[in-house]
Amino acid sequence: MDETDNRLVTEIQSGFPVTGRPYAAIGDKLGISEEEVIERLRAIKESGEIRRMGASFDSRKLGYASTLCAAHVPAEKLEETVAVINSYINVTHNYERNHHYNVWFTVIAPSRERIGEILAEIEAQAGIDPIIDLPATRLYKIQVDLPVINE
Amino acid sequence: MSRQLTATERELIRQLQADIPLTPEPFADIGAAVGMSADQVLEKVGQWIEDGTIRRFGAMVRHQKLGYKANAMSAWDVPDERADEVGEALAAASEVSHCYQRPRADGWNYNLFAMIHGATPDECHQVAAALSVRVGAGEYRLLFSTREFKKISMSYFME
Repeated sequence: MDETDNRLVTEIQSGFPVTGRPYAAIGDKLGISEEEVIERLRAIKESGEIRRMGASFDSRKLGYASTLCAAHVPAEKLEETVAVINSYINVTHNYERNHHYNVWFTVIAPSRERIGEILAEIEAQAGIDPIIDLPATRLYKIQVDLPVINE
Repeated sequence: MSRQLTATERELIRQLQADIPLTPEPFADIGAAVGMSADQVLEKVGQWIEDGTIRRFGAMVRHQKLGYKANAMSAWDVPDERADEVGEALAAASEVSHCYQRPRADGWNYNLFAMIHGATPDECHQVAAALSVRVGAGEYRLLFSTREFKKISMSYFME
């Protein structure tokens, strides 16, 4: 990642131009050609610095429900339980964290009822204690575009 | 967006939530795949950005690879009547990317959640300590992720 790559990532993180020739528009801003923008983005994506380039939808606006869940999973059941949880396309994030509730994951599904079914299925399949289900009741901030810090 | 989505709109969502093609006219290519013109795609995307259906349109980066080495899930136990005030105050901090109120649960007596980003775990602790003083909320704890089991973007209308 050189200086131009950093500017490119910063530029494209918050605002992908919604125009006919978006890469040309970005190139105009950075003083490089459309071809160079495309080539650089291809390389940055291959390196893994960019996970995905596209739209993030508001699950609520699409009629979906979401929640944050936590489970207490003993070490000997961890691998199997994580496999059960991760098998759902509805689970987008799943982390081990330093607490009695050591597995934290998010669930997005077409309805609250479906979330309840998924959690019951996970509990039954993995044979674990009840999962705590913590749907957000108020949203104060949802922000994903943090500035690029150069190391 | 309260009305029902059409089949074409659902197909367009499936395309937009995947990777935008690295071609000179990506919206024309997406349109071709779903039976819309480039202009129709651009108009629809603009409308969805405007009404908040699309929260964000751009690149998703790996924070850990771009300088933010540590992120902590901070959980706060705040009296319910102060939850909104403290939630707004936590959300105002530049180091906080996400902030929510959530119900308490068995063995989990915290009602506010704020994701704190820093260069190191120590920095996250310092940020939380400073926030605790600033917002006047004493009871909190930081949970760090010790392993990432899964991190993907949601794929809608796939089930």
